[in-house]
Order: sequence, then C-alpha cells, then structure tokens
Amino acid sequence: MNLDAAIPDGPMQEKWRIWKDNHELVGPRRRSDHVIVVVGTGLAGASAASTLAGMGYHVEAFCYQDSSRRAHSIAAQGGINATKDYSNDGDSVHRLFADTMKGGDFRSREANVWRLAELSTEIIDQAVAQGVPFNREYGGLLATRSFGGVLVERTFYCRGQTGQQLLLGAYGALSRQIRAGLVNMHTRHEMLDIVVYDGQARGIVARDLVTGETRSYPADAVVLATGGYSNVYFLSTNAMGCNVTAIWRAFRRGAGFANPCFTQIHPTCIPATAEHQSKLTLMSESLRNDGRVWVPRAGDEQREPNAIPGSERYYFLEEMYPRYGNLVPRDVASRAAKHVCDQGLGVGPTGRAVYMDFRDAIERRGEHEMAARYGNLFELYEQITGETPWEVPMRIYPAPHYAMGGLWVDYTLQTTIPGLFAIGEANFSDHGANRLGASAMMQCLADGYFVLPHAVTDYLARLEVPHADPSHPAFAAVEAEVEERLQRLLAADGTTPASHFHRELGKIMLDSCGVSRSRPKLAQALKDIPEVGHQFWSELKVGGDARSLNQSLEYAGRVADFIELGELMCRDALVRDESCGCHLREEHQGADGEPIRDDERFANVAVWENRGRAVEPVRHVEDLEFNEMKPKTRNYR
Amino acid sequence: MNFTLRVWRQEEHDAPGRFETYEVADVEPDESLLEMLDALNDRLIAGGAVAIAFDHDCREGICGSCSMTIDGRPHGPGGGTTTCQVYMRQFDDGATITVEPFGASAFPIIRDLIVDRSALDRIQEAGGYTGVNAGPKPEPNANPISPEDAEEAIDAAICIGCGACVAACPNSAAMLFTGAKITHLGRLPQGQPGRFARVQDMVEQMDSEGFGGCTNFGECEAACPKEISIRVIGRLNRDYLLGVLYHPRNPRGGMKPQ
Repeated sequence: MNLDAAIPDGPMQEKWRIWKDNHELVGPRRRSDHVIVVVGTGLAGASAASTLAGMGYHVEAFCYQDSSRRAHSIAAQGGINATKDYSNDGDSVHRLFADTMKGGDFRSREANVWRLAELSTEIIDQAVAQGVPFNREYGGLLATRSFGGVLVERTFYCRGQTGQQLLLGAYGALSRQIRAGLVNMHTRHEMLDIVVYDGQARGIVARDLVTGETRSYPADAVVLATGGYSNVYFLSTNAMGCNVTAIWRAFRRGAGFANPCFTQIHPTCIPATAEHQSKLTLMSESLRNDGRVWVPRAGDEQREPNAIPGSERYYFLEEMYPRYGNLVPRDVASRAAKHVCDQGLGVGPTGRAVYMDFRDAIERRGEHEMAARYGNLFELYEQITGETPWEVPMRIYPAPHYAMGGLWVDYTLQTTIPGLFAIGEANFSDHGANRLGASAMMQCLADGYFVLPHAVTDYLARLEVPHADPSHPAFAAVEAEVEERLQRLLAADGTTPASHFHRELGKIMLDSCGVSRSRPKLAQALKDIPEVGHQFWSELKVGGDARSLNQSLEYAGRVADFIELGELMCRDALVRDESCGCHLREEHQGADGEPIRDDERFANVAVWENRGRAVEPVRHVEDLEFNEMKPKTRNYR
Repeated sequence: MNFTLRVWRQEEHDAPGRFETYEVADVEPDESLLEMLDALNDRLIAGGAVAIAFDHDCREGICGSCSMTIDGRPHGPGGGTTTCQVYMRQFDDGATITVEPFGASAFPIIRDLIVDRSALDRIQEAGGYTGVNAGPKPEPNANPISPEDAEEAIDAAICIGCGACVAACPNSAAMLFTGAKITHLGRLPQGQPGRFARVQDMVEQMDSEGFGGCTNFGECEAACPKEISIRVIGRLNRDYLLGVLYHPRNPRGGMKPQ
C-alpha cells in the first residue's frame, strides 16, 4: 500500500502556495466533459459539489436524505475557527496550527494542519459573501468568542446554529448550480459501492431509495463526503441515518482506513435514560463556562440534588484539575465523568450521569444575564427531559460525537485508490487523536471550497484515459454484488429486527472501545463482535422488498457494515498500545491517572488494508514528522 | 402509559391509503413519539409485517426531515417544536393519537407518512442564494452590518425547510418558507444584487408548483417549529410588488423577430 503523503517540498508556510502554483490544469472548455461524483451534501460535499460545478465540471451529487439541505452538519452548534485576529489578541496561523496539533495530541499531519489554519480566514470571507448571517458587534463588525481550551477569541458563530447557517450557505451555492444544470442532484439515493477498474475509481453504484432501483453512475473521479461513523456505538449525537457504508465499501475495494479507533466522546450530552432511547443530544460545550460539574460524595445518596449541602458534593473536575477546573478539554472531562460513575457515584435512574449545576452562576450573574447566555440551551434541555435547569441541576454524560478516523488521504485528499477522494469527517487527516471545538466545520469547508477542487483538477489533468467507460464489465459486476447483498439481507429468515443487533454492538463498543480501553476488554470484544455478526445473519428479519421504499432494508445494510467496522476499530485500538488524545489505554497511565503517550512506537498513522473477507486486515504505518512543533505532554492540572 | 394509534398507511403514491389502528402499551412518559414508533416498528417486523415508513434524521429539531400531522396539527401539540421533539408525556394516558403525513397537493405521498417535499428545493433553486462562486472575496469587515439587520436576517434564516407552514395553511401556501429566504437575503448587503429578480423567480416557481396564496390565516406562523414571524410574508409581497413594478426581469424589453 502506497502511503506517500505527497507533501510538497519547501518551508511550511509556502507548501500550499507551491503546490497550487505547480499543479496541472484542465482548460475551461474541457471541464464539462468530465463527470465527477460527489457523495454526501453536508458542509464538505455541498461546498465541493458547488465549487466543482462553478468551475465548469459536470457533477452528479448524491444524498440519502429527501433534500440536500438536511445533512447532519446542520446540527453543529458552536462555531467555526478562523485566524482573523479581529479581537487583536495576537492570533496567527501558527497559533491555530499549534492549538490543533496539541489538541490532536500530536497524531495529525503537520502540513495538512498548517494548510487548514491558513485557509481558515478565506472560509469566513466566502461564507459572508454567501449571506451567512454571523453574529455582529454593535459597530456592525463580525463578533468572535472563545472556545474549548484556547486562549484567543477566534470562533465565529451564528447564535447556536452556526452549522445550520453555514450549511444553508453551501446548499444555496449548490442549488444555484442545480438550477444552472451543472449539478445533477440525486436525493433519496444511497451509495452502496464504488467501481474500481484498472486501479482507478471510475464510479459508484447507488440505490434509489424510493423505487429501489440500483444502478451505476460512471465518473472520472469520485468524492466521498459521507461524514463520520459514531453511530457504531448505537447511541450517539449523530443523526439516525449517519453511517459508515460509503467509506466501508471503499475500504472493502482497497482504500486504506486510517486510525479507525480514533473517535471523540463529547462530555456534555443529555444521558441515556432507558432502553427505548434512540439518540443522544449534545448540550453545547459553552455551558461549562458557568456550570459546575459534581456528584454526591456518598455512593448511596437518595436526596434530591438541591438538598445536598456543598460539603457533601464532590466537584470532581475542580478538585482533580484546579488550574482548568470545569474547562478542561473534552477528553479529560469525559474520562473524569466516566471514572466517578465507575466508582458508583453517578446519578439519575441508570447511575450513568453527573450533575452540571448552574445555581452558583445564576446567583452570581443574575437570571437576566444567564438567560442571554444560555436561555435557548436551558429550553432545549427542558423540552427533552421535562426538568428545568433554572431549578434543578442538569444531568449530563459523555456521548460518542465525532470520528477523527476515516479513509486515509494524502496531501491532495486522495485515498489509496487513485481517483477516489475523501473530504470532511470521512477522511482522517487533520484532527489527530482528538478534535478541538469549532474545527470540524472549518475542515469541511476548507476541503470542499478550497482544496478538493484543485486536487481533482490536478488528477483529471494527469489522467491517461480521461473518461470512464460505462460499458466496462466492472460496472455490471459491482451492480450484481450490490443486488446480491440486498437479497441476502431480505432472505434472512429470523424474527429479530436490525436494531437489536445494533444495540448489542453499541454496548460492546462503548464498553471496550470508548473513552477507556484495555487489552483484556478489547480482546474480549474481538470475540464478541463476530458473534453479533453471526447472530445478525442467522436471526435477522427485515420485511418488505427491495423494489420499493424500504427503510428497514436500508437500516439493516448499515448495521451489517457497522458490525464489520466495530471489529476493525477494536483491532486498531488493541494494537495502539498507548494512551493518546481521547483514548485512555488503562495499561498506560501515570500514578495520578493521566494518560501516557508513546511517541517512540506510535507517532504514526495506522492504515488498515483489506485483503479479503476471509483474511485479517493488514496494518500499515505512515510515520509522522514534527518539524514545526515538537510533541509535548498535554497537562491540564 | 398506553395509547391507541391511528396511523396512515399507503404502499405507494398511486395506491389507496387507509388508517390502521395499533395498540401500544407500557410507553415511558420520557419516550419521544418517534421512539414509540421505533418500538412499534420493531414489533411489526418481528411479527412479519412491514414497518411504518416515516422521515426523520437528526432527532433534535434542526434537519427538517420529520413531517407528521399529529392529531390534526403539523408537528403535533406544543409550539415551537418539530415532530421529533414531541414526547409522550404531552398526551393523556389512554389517548387515541392520529398520525398522518403532511397534507398538501404539492407534497405527494411517497409511502405511509413520507411525502415528497422537493417542490421546496425547487423554489430555493430558483433564486435563494447570492451569486458567488468559491474564490477570493472581499474582507467582510469592510462592509459592516448593523446587529439589528443581522438579527432580523437570522430570525428568518433559521427556517429548517420542513414544510409545516404549507401543511398548516388552508391554502397550502409556501409563502412563509419563501418569505423567510427573501427576508434573510433581503436584509443583508450581500443579498442586494439580484434582490428583485430573486423574488420574482422564487414566486414564479412557487406558483408553478401548485402552492396556494396567502390570505392571512396565520396558521403557518403557529405551526412553524422555529416560530418564524408572518411578517416575512409582508416583506415577500412588498419586494415582489417593487420588483414587478420597478425592476422587471427583462428591463430592456424585446420583440420576437418576425
């Protein structure tokens, strides 16, 4: 497997300019001859599809939702980072680069992160020109705020709906190109495989979710912008439909899968209360500015939270991390919450929750100021739980939120299959072992608006056979395989719906491959997951047919892929014998429970190669170099 | 809690539909309506029946996928919420609950509770954007926007495109939806170029999709999960009138060659 990241020579500050100055071009008159498939219409997919079409390429775009405006980017709340330094506090490209490298615990690729920091300002310019209504100061200039563990104000926001507004900006740009006839938009279509021949990606096979028709879409390049796979844990903050199928099929066809075990567990979510729960809702990280996190000191506490006096409350983040207190980074807060619940101090019906208390802040700031800061979040919480944070402390617990892992890509966002690109959360490159707040949207839009369109141009200009051959037998062969997989799901003659197996998988994954991992637990999971897979295929019941709209069939296919992914994640986690980023390996912690990284053995990207169903996948390594910034230990005490 | 559900079932667009009745028992008050349907669907699948199809995705009220008329109200009881934010504690124990798809002739039924809302996308495609491609842009702070304008723009821009306004309107008008986009862009300096062509193009598309016109029932505002004000329709009408009178799309006129 070729893992040359193809990083241009030259000083870090010049690499992207050098690459752009030297890549090959496709003339304007030739562009409409090229068909590019873009799968997914979130921030990454919509920005990429609209930009490619704006350059003159013909784009075939796909999304599983009923409209291209609904991808889960829309739910991102907090904001987007950019090094504008409007607040004049000394921000710079280097500082954003350094924060992202450190936040990722030195498991990301320097050149990619630098480029991301560099492009951050252009994203804001682009979004404002599209009419994205960012919050403004009284003088009419753009407002910024601070976010998770950084010391400058560089986060731009639209109330608590930044993701929605940025996505609608990209959706508008995409709509314009659809109207112009340059994008052919396929809503309610799910990509079920990619077509590779002569060593190049040449199209996809997708299923029309309304008619059930599966057919192939030949293309000269294929772009996957299909998001993350946190739903492997069953309950997560992702939308119900988020899935791994597109990138998993790419993996099965030979694309390297990088750091599959790197997933982020967000500390402040509304906890699961019962078996019926289908989804976990994120409460913005900004709440930790004023919320004090605690559990009762006594494990068998029966009193209502407000009846427990201060001396009997264990403000564990403040006691464990006096310097940062409640504002420690996401991974540290998540681990601490899990730790106190493991000790039997958790609250709520399941004992898997901690309190986040605003009593002191309401007293200090007054109701008016608190309402201005958190009013809508308090309402959201009350809507879901029926309890008001004005009177009783919130109950929160960590929840799977984001996948740093994904398809391996080089500097040009190309996977190990030539012609197959992966952007946004679907790739692995920029966030290392832990993503910092307000950087996901930044990466999606940097990829889609500014990097990918040039990378695809360069690829197309170099193609020896410029166009896909729709009559190539590979298309019919892949179509037949997809059809066979659908029929196999429908033929399963058990009595158990797919959700049962998804829930079982989720329990195993959360327990063994969540915030805290150990060799024995991972080894056990590697025995249990194939067992779930075996039961899935023997006891599954889907119902309906493949020739009409069948949501049970769609879901069963996604669960089948999640089961396979879960196994690869545990395999990857087992080999990564160190603690880093979001992941504590229980064998590697200091006397005070702090994670210990192993830069000697693991300053690298683990890239897994599929060698067929019957054979174990093979682990390759891309070594990471640190020239701009030497790895340091993260310490928040 | 126990409920009797009357759910609209329809195999496909052209097939006849009917209400089916299902008894559901031991529902937790903290269960959402959609979670209750999930459990019912699992029961149906296990019993060899076909699950009830319904649109849903984010389940936090922002993606706009979910689209049910519950006891006659789009998005059900309670204001300012979407279908996925309806919880069973909002109903009386033992109640009979009727669940239907969003009803409008411009929203044809695809299956069961799923309707085709692509007409809204086509209105958007007709002009709901500023005409910029990716590439170098002016410095945004060179063009200050007063917080009041930004606030009014975002109050309209939070539309999630669910179509509840259409389903609630006795005329099946899509004017709250369209007016929200007109107001969002019309309030900002970036939306000024093309402002009057935009409103004419979007209204023309809206009419051609078979949506009705606004006659001030105000049902749209009451059903809107984001509580968008009906004032956006006033703005839509004003811009449309200004556009037709003073900014025709073909200002130079023209004649067909003989």
